Amino acid sequence: MRYAYFPGCSLESTAKEFGASTDLVAEALGIELVEIPDWNCCGATSAHNLDHELSVSLPARNLGIAERMGLDVVAPCAACYNRMRSAEMELKGNQALRDEINARLTKKYTGAVTVRSALEVFTTPDVLEKVAANIRKPLSGLKPACYYGCLLLRPPKVLGFDDAEAPTSLDRAMEIVGAQPIDWYFKNECCGASFGLSKSEIVVKLVGDIVSNAKKHGANCIVTVCPLCMTNLEMRQAAAGKLRGEDLTMPVFYFTELLGLAMEVPGVKKCFASHLVDVNPALDAIGREPVAAEVES
Amino acid sequence: MSSEVVEQAAPLGSINASTDPTFKRKIRAICGENVMECYQCGECTAGCPAAFAMDVAPNQVLRLAQLGFADEVLESSAIWLCAGCETCATRCPRGVALSKVMDACRQIAVREDKPCKQANVLKLHQEILRQISTFGRVHEISLTALYKLRSRDFFSDIFAGIQMFLKGKLGLIPSRIKDRREVRGLFKH
Repeated sequence: MRYAYFPGCSLESTAKEFGASTDLVAEALGIELVEIPDWNCCGATSAHNLDHELSVSLPARNLGIAERMGLDVVAPCAACYNRMRSAEMELKGNQALRDEINARLTKKYTGAVTVRSALEVFTTPDVLEKVAANIRKPLSGLKPACYYGCLLLRPPKVLGFDDAEAPTSLDRAMEIVGAQPIDWYFKNECCGASFGLSKSEIVVKLVGDIVSNAKKHGANCIVTVCPLCMTNLEMRQAAAGKLRGEDLTMPVFYFTELLGLAMEVPGVKKCFASHLVDVNPALDAIGREPVAAEVES
Repeated sequence: MSSEVVEQAAPLGSINASTDPTFKRKIRAICGENVMECYQCGECTAGCPAAFAMDVAPNQVLRLAQLGFADEVLESSAIWLCAGCETCATRCPRGVALSKVMDACRQIAVREDKPCKQANVLKLHQEILRQISTFGRVHEISLTALYKLRSRDFFSDIFAGIQMFLKGKLGLIPSRIKDRREVRGLFKH
């Protein structure tokens, strides 16, 4: 299996653990990720908020390069996936827009390749079978709240992945690696996304709702599929707890980190050192050695 | 940090306020959505994660657009506090993508130079786009620094920022793509 790999801006910085664990797990499963050469930012939230054509043309450039590579695209970041897939669908359905945008691109997109999320790629039945066969130490004792967030699932008409209201793909993956995902009510509720920087009060409120519900349903960690969700859940849980008068301390993982942990892929544990919230309580619950933080928090 | 995020509900325009029947057409021209399809069931507002913080509820945005109260929409906080979560578009029984209507309203508001009640939100988006047109990618450390400077919000999150920097999450060197000219070209249209 080979894919054109679109890391996006955050996987090399604030979400470096997601990037690192995706690479390691893909390699362990025999999935080749070929980075799209000279890829540009997908435009994320800002482009579609301010400029419709730009929100399609920025992804289109990347799609054109991937088409030249002859490979379908995999984008781990939920926002990148959503923007690239939305652009794919819009370009496929609107010839005039496609022609207008392609006129500005050296590598044109004619719809020959499609976009998938990392969650989608790692949870196909074939890949899950491979994961199952490669498990060294199941994550029994781990009770993750599977947190899908928004952009991997919605709008379902555009994305066509899993079930937007009652998703199960991540839960399935967690079961396969031996964890016991909990049943809870905030699987697909928004964390506040890009307001983390510009309007953090909104994120504090939403993160409080999410983490509180996870705790209420017995989770000992949250597993995410999005860099922004991860950052928000980690950064704002303390303030949310203070606001609500509850202890909302909760380790958060990227799903690829947990796949890697169960398969004992070398190098995965290093990712935990740079988490903003200490993961050792969760590692302890599954009988794993604690990891030393890179820097004292 | 204040816990008061709920905006005071702005009084809706009086029946004598001027309305703009072209507003709904401007919206449709940008995003293809027809606001007249909405029958005010309230599903969008019920599912909206940011509605608690808005001055105008999501379904009210559509109602105002239907009636042509353009400024009540374009000058609201609501359009800038929409997180783009697509819950509304997923659930609307009439198939109206309010998320796209919100995008269109933001674009019209900027195009028509309307006063922006959430200037910091707009500034962040503009800074991100400026970075993309310059580097081809977003450099998170300079984005954060420049955003803090422009919004004059220097000190909140400084501790978390330092933590992130020390954990290697905020690279010092911006990565720039080679074909920056092609990306810059996409901004002119």
